[in-house]
Amino acid sequence: MKTRNEKAWFLVLPVLILVAFSAVIPLMTVVNYSVQDTFGNNVFFWNGIAWFEEILTSERIHAALGRQFLFSAIILAIEIPLGVFIALNMPKKGVWASVCLVLMALPLLIPWNVVGTIWQIFGRVDIGLLGRTLDTLGIDYNYTSNVIDAWVTVVVMDVWHWTSLVALLAYAGLQSIPEAYYQAAKIDQASRWAVFRYIELPKMAGVLMIAILLRFMDSFMIYTEPFVVTGGGPGNATTFLSIDLVKMALGQFDLGPAAAFSIMYFLVILLISWVFYTVMTNLDKRDGV
Amino acid sequence: MARITLDNLAHSYLDAPKREDDWALKQLDHVWEDGMAYALLGASGCGKSTLLNIISGLLRPSRGRILFGDRDVTEAETAERNIAQVFQFPVVYDTMSVRDNLAFPLKNRGNDPAYIARRVDEIARMIGMEAELDRKARGLTADAKQKISLGRGMVREDVNALLFDEPLTVIDPHMKWELRTQLKELHRTFGHTMIYVTHDQTEALTFADRVAVMHDGRVVQIGTPEELFEAPEHTFVGYFIGSPGMNLLPASVAGQEARVDGHAVALPGGYDAFDGEVGVRPEFVRLEAGGTGLPVRVTRVEDVGRHRIVRAEDGGGRPVNAILPEGAPLPEGADRAVFEPRGIHIYRDGWRVAPDGAAA
Repeated sequence: MKTRNEKAWFLVLPVLILVAFSAVIPLMTVVNYSVQDTFGNNVFFWNGIAWFEEILTSERIHAALGRQFLFSAIILAIEIPLGVFIALNMPKKGVWASVCLVLMALPLLIPWNVVGTIWQIFGRVDIGLLGRTLDTLGIDYNYTSNVIDAWVTVVVMDVWHWTSLVALLAYAGLQSIPEAYYQAAKIDQASRWAVFRYIELPKMAGVLMIAILLRFMDSFMIYTEPFVVTGGGPGNATTFLSIDLVKMALGQFDLGPAAAFSIMYFLVILLISWVFYTVMTNLDKRDGV
Repeated sequence: MARITLDNLAHSYLDAPKREDDWALKQLDHVWEDGMAYALLGASGCGKSTLLNIISGLLRPSRGRILFGDRDVTEAETAERNIAQVFQFPVVYDTMSVRDNLAFPLKNRGNDPAYIARRVDEIARMIGMEAELDRKARGLTADAKQKISLGRGMVREDVNALLFDEPLTVIDPHMKWELRTQLKELHRTFGHTMIYVTHDQTEALTFADRVAVMHDGRVVQIGTPEELFEAPEHTFVGYFIGSPGMNLLPASVAGQEARVDGHAVALPGGYDAFDGEVGVRPEFVRLEAGGTGLPVRVTRVEDVGRHRIVRAEDGGGRPVNAILPEGAPLPEGADRAVFEPRGIHIYRDGWRVAPDGAAA
């Protein structure tokens, strides 16, 4: 007879400990801060949901949230179509395909703060190539004082940094389409648009969903690049949620509100990603029946 | 509809073909007559699909011209050629309904919606998919998808030609028969030029008016099924067509006689003296006990229903097959094979030599 016991559970223990230290405990610290207040000396007392109420009614946070949604919407609207367009025009095989892939992958390999520094210098009116050129051409451009200029710079920087990701994912989707589909479309006298609409787009749908999710989450959490370039300014014009959060937590050392803010920030991203995912998989299913 | 002329055509997948073997399609001059049903028969990798893709414009030939009627279409795009082609593996537009799939080629040409609807219904009836018209093409079985592909190929009425590239490979046997019959029916009704690629001789012989047999990048013979059976121009045609294929034995030929392993075989006509091959279909081989025939050893008898196939081998171990008609017994102790002279053909370097050749 076989011995039966529950010893196998011990094998799960290392994972439990790891997850506890890497995720659960830090998260619980944040939760802890979000419901307590202190007057210093490491003495804390219960504060209920007051911090949450404060954040929810804060006009400063509402404004940052609005800017955040606008930013994510703009970069998704640019990067997804542009990435698909680039992927459609990349060579399918041969040396140039490899050259394109390497060139496309380069921006993805540059650390965030380096990207920020590059653009910060690139856009400077006194020494930057872009800023100086625009200035010489008589175009009034200054990202440190003009709100529109600051936004354009931050958006263009993100497009430069991340469109490659969308393009590479779309390219992978396109590469998986068997040649026979294109041949059949030629035989059926399909237009270029029909080929895109009925062959390429459906086959890319899966990777595009991943691309949209990744770009949404990343852009919604963006911190380093705009912080390095504009520092959230001019004024609060490019102060996105992360930048505001850091200001609150480290600048003002308001740990309670910042903790409440963090938790809600996390929940918002989770919620929106879930909505994206559900809507897109449902669109997919509706096609299936 | 049009007559399709292949003029001096050749194709290689390499940029700079050097040797004979580098050519996937060797020199080819042929006219596909308007309104005929052709089968393109050959083993896998012999260039059948290459030829088909050149006709439809999916491939540009390395050399030569293609004419539709009198028009040179060598440089024309596929869409411009107005050709229907069905591939070996099904291609359906996943996100479209079956109905939209069938209507796609017509919509692309901007046909009238009422006409499209009528035409789609006709085709759906033909391929037996009326019930599934409104469901998405995704998730259908492979043979349902292939039926859609076939339907899409047949939906345009004015195509110059219908090309089929082994279209029934993925279809189950019962449906295969039915679809082939419908294709023939379609051909009879509309009279499109059809070219049907297959490696299955039954499929080729039952479908086509004319069968083109391809071997190693060449069309070795084009003819009616009877011609291919009765007078194979090339040894490949001999053993590829027929079940089992032609018996081929090396022989020295001279005058009215061929000598196989030193045994005399009487020939139906006179020939020059050369070393070649004697070819005789199993239908023309009789087995006897003793006598003057070629000595053979019977190894196996296969009963295939209507007749029996006797497998034997000659002194050199080469197979000699014979067909026993229904009810005919295999003589006790049969050890000689007699070839009926009218069924004997002589081949030199693989090609048939006519008796009383011009050089004689």
